[in-house]
Amino acid sequence: MPEIVEIPVVWLQGAACTGCAVSFLNSFSPTVGPLLLKELAPGKHLSLRFLATVMAGAGGACVDVLKDTAAEDKGGYFLVMEGSIQTGGPMFATLGEEGNREVPIYETAAELAKGAAAVVALGTCASFGGIPAGEGNLTGAVSMDDFLRQQAIDVPVVNIPGCPPHPDWLTGTLVAVAMYGLEAVVPSLDELARPAMFYGKCVHETCPRRADFDAGRFARAFGQPGCLYELGCKGPVTFADCPTRMWNTGTNWCVGAGSPCHGCVEPDFPDRLSPLYEKIDEERMGRFRLLQPLTRKNA
Amino acid sequence: MAHKEGSGTTITIDPVTRIEGHMKVEAVVDGGRVKEARCCGTMFRGFENILNGRHPFDACRLTQRVCGVCPTAHGTASALCLDQALGVDHEIPDNGRIVRNLILGCNYLQSHILHFFALAALDYVDVTALADYDGADSELKAVRTFIDRGALSPFVPRYEGDYRCDKPTNVALVQGYLKALHIRRTCHEMLCIFGGKMPHNIGIVPGGVTSDVTPDRIATFMGKLAEIQDFIEDVYLPTIFTVAGAYPDYFAIGAGCKRYLAYGVFNLDNNAADVAGRKCLLPGGILETDGSLAPVDAAAIAEDVAHSRYTDECAAPPTEGRTIPEPEKDGAYSWLKAPRYGGAPAEVGPLARGMVAFAGGDDVFKPEIEAALSAAGAGPEVLPSVLGRHLARALECQIVTRAMMDWLQELVPGDPVAAPLRIPQEGEGAGLTEGPRGALGHWIQIKNKVIDRYQLVVPTTWNGSPRDKEGTPGPIEQAIEGTEIKDADNPFEIVRIVRSFDPCLACSVHVMDARGTVRGVHRIV
Repeated sequence: MPEIVEIPVVWLQGAACTGCAVSFLNSFSPTVGPLLLKELAPGKHLSLRFLATVMAGAGGACVDVLKDTAAEDKGGYFLVMEGSIQTGGPMFATLGEEGNREVPIYETAAELAKGAAAVVALGTCASFGGIPAGEGNLTGAVSMDDFLRQQAIDVPVVNIPGCPPHPDWLTGTLVAVAMYGLEAVVPSLDELARPAMFYGKCVHETCPRRADFDAGRFARAFGQPGCLYELGCKGPVTFADCPTRMWNTGTNWCVGAGSPCHGCVEPDFPDRLSPLYEKIDEERMGRFRLLQPLTRKNA
Repeated sequence: MAHKEGSGTTITIDPVTRIEGHMKVEAVVDGGRVKEARCCGTMFRGFENILNGRHPFDACRLTQRVCGVCPTAHGTASALCLDQALGVDHEIPDNGRIVRNLILGCNYLQSHILHFFALAALDYVDVTALADYDGADSELKAVRTFIDRGALSPFVPRYEGDYRCDKPTNVALVQGYLKALHIRRTCHEMLCIFGGKMPHNIGIVPGGVTSDVTPDRIATFMGKLAEIQDFIEDVYLPTIFTVAGAYPDYFAIGAGCKRYLAYGVFNLDNNAADVAGRKCLLPGGILETDGSLAPVDAAAIAEDVAHSRYTDECAAPPTEGRTIPEPEKDGAYSWLKAPRYGGAPAEVGPLARGMVAFAGGDDVFKPEIEAALSAAGAGPEVLPSVLGRHLARALECQIVTRAMMDWLQELVPGDPVAAPLRIPQEGEGAGLTEGPRGALGHWIQIKNKVIDRYQLVVPTTWNGSPRDKEGTPGPIEQAIEGTEIKDADNPFEIVRIVRSFDPCLACSVHVMDARGTVRGVHRIV
């Protein structure tokens, strides 16, 4: 058998809903079976060492997998972080025990990030904070990028936002890394550390209902034809390829099913994009500002 | 390897994997049996606090993010409570009601298939049996090549010593596992036709749904549904019987509290707010341990916090529910509240729905259960068990797929899908439905046109609840307690029992981790 290089991946879940992992299971080309079993790209195999949602084992043996990976594959593994990091206290999210102490997930995330080749912040929560970091949260939830800055951990971060992210966005990024190397992928990220191939275009620009907008044909209630701008569509302030890629094996997407886009890939989701069903406030987010990317908080 | 101290051995499993979310289980084993069990969630986000002050409609989207496995159930419960708060609960157009049922139905199928094959099956199926596979199936050959390479994550490490199927059976079961990965994806594609995307559909909204009904959507839906139906009948249900044949003792393990609660789900009339009177595909009721069945009275639902880390004033019905943490509270060992019906715990989920329907003589669910029991050569006394839960889940899939095929034919293309909406200055509503994992309730109060209070009481909070003020353990704790543990280093029994409930910890919104008082803890490795 020819030599195959293993790419170790550990997938941690912080303040998460598992939606990113379920979306990953919806991968289509390749489907998730071959993704895990076969070569990701010629000569490269993705070795998913840890993902609590699917892994066979339970308990301490699983936690040991994390430690072994950090020790034995230092600099060579990828950390996929799903969910935001709760920095407001040690008990908001824990994983495993050391002696009699429950280990906060932020400790594990920091340890794993230090030795990783790169961190993939998967989903809007890990990329930008998302709902757990929304107004009213009690847990000090922050994005992976903010967390790494707080901890002064210097490691490349790739943001793959979306609530959830489309499976192609993750798979495509991983294949790009396997084929061309991290050194080629990282410089190609946009100012929000996203792969530009997926997040480069404004939803409003490629929306099939754009002609309705231009002609002034607006839906006023659910189920009506026309542009959904009056029903609160955030497509004009959202950058993702949903209109052309579509969801769930190209079956449909939000606007296709008569729903306004909620901007779930954006750093401002949910707070500044709320109310989700009210027309964009032009004062705050006029559509002429929209075709410029928002500035990364810590750039 | 389990740690012994005094007369007991404490087994700690952290994390419990192949469930949704973060969970830990501790079990004190004495004389080979579990004397005391405690389950804890280990993640807290505080969703209800995040909802306060927001636009009421946003709850229908944001609460789905409570759980990425069953978001549709939360979208449904949220829409139902909003319908009532907005005063449109009797005005949902038939298309809207039916499309909601279809979207939720897709999620049931996806969730149950995911649960049995992707989450639970690895407790019974030995993937490594494919190491010398010499057949021609290309997916199975890929598994063999994968095993040859030697990097076996995520299939090892695992518990060892109780994989009972022979090689040909394992090969067939692994084939089912791989097929199930395709079919559960197909369930989401089917959902996406009216739901726009999944996870986190955008189709279900207050007043109805967003998507118009067209013949081409119906046609695509029917094609996918037929494929899924074949899988359920040809693979899912037979696999349950195969596993039951190899592990028959699991018809006698993990009974739990034997008191069952179901709110009822898949509304068949326009009377959703009347929980006791509405007509549902899967009916509601409370089935007592003595076999008596009564309609659900929402006023009997309350949350106990005697052993939960909240101030005592948080013990309240959901309409008055509060969430004020008290981390150092005496006697508390969990951040999970303890929902109780009429003051006592109740199991929720597919088995509960099946038991309620069976006891009520339901003309859809009861014959399915009878036929399955007859095929298994067993009586209804085996239903409260690990295998009973898996069986109920598979039977539910059969019932739901058939009903969905009928509902598709009831849709009227071009008719309205949503009622017109107006947000009241003040209003309140309750949305009681059933997620794949069981009874789910959302309660909303609107003041000044924004959310003033939002409470969720979710299935895993019922099943995974801690002890209450009477000292009565929650249903999962009861199901574990008394169980004989053959090998404390490989406690298959505990994880099989826990997974049979299909816990969803992210759903148990209140949960935060807390230490129990234990007599010595040792991680199982």
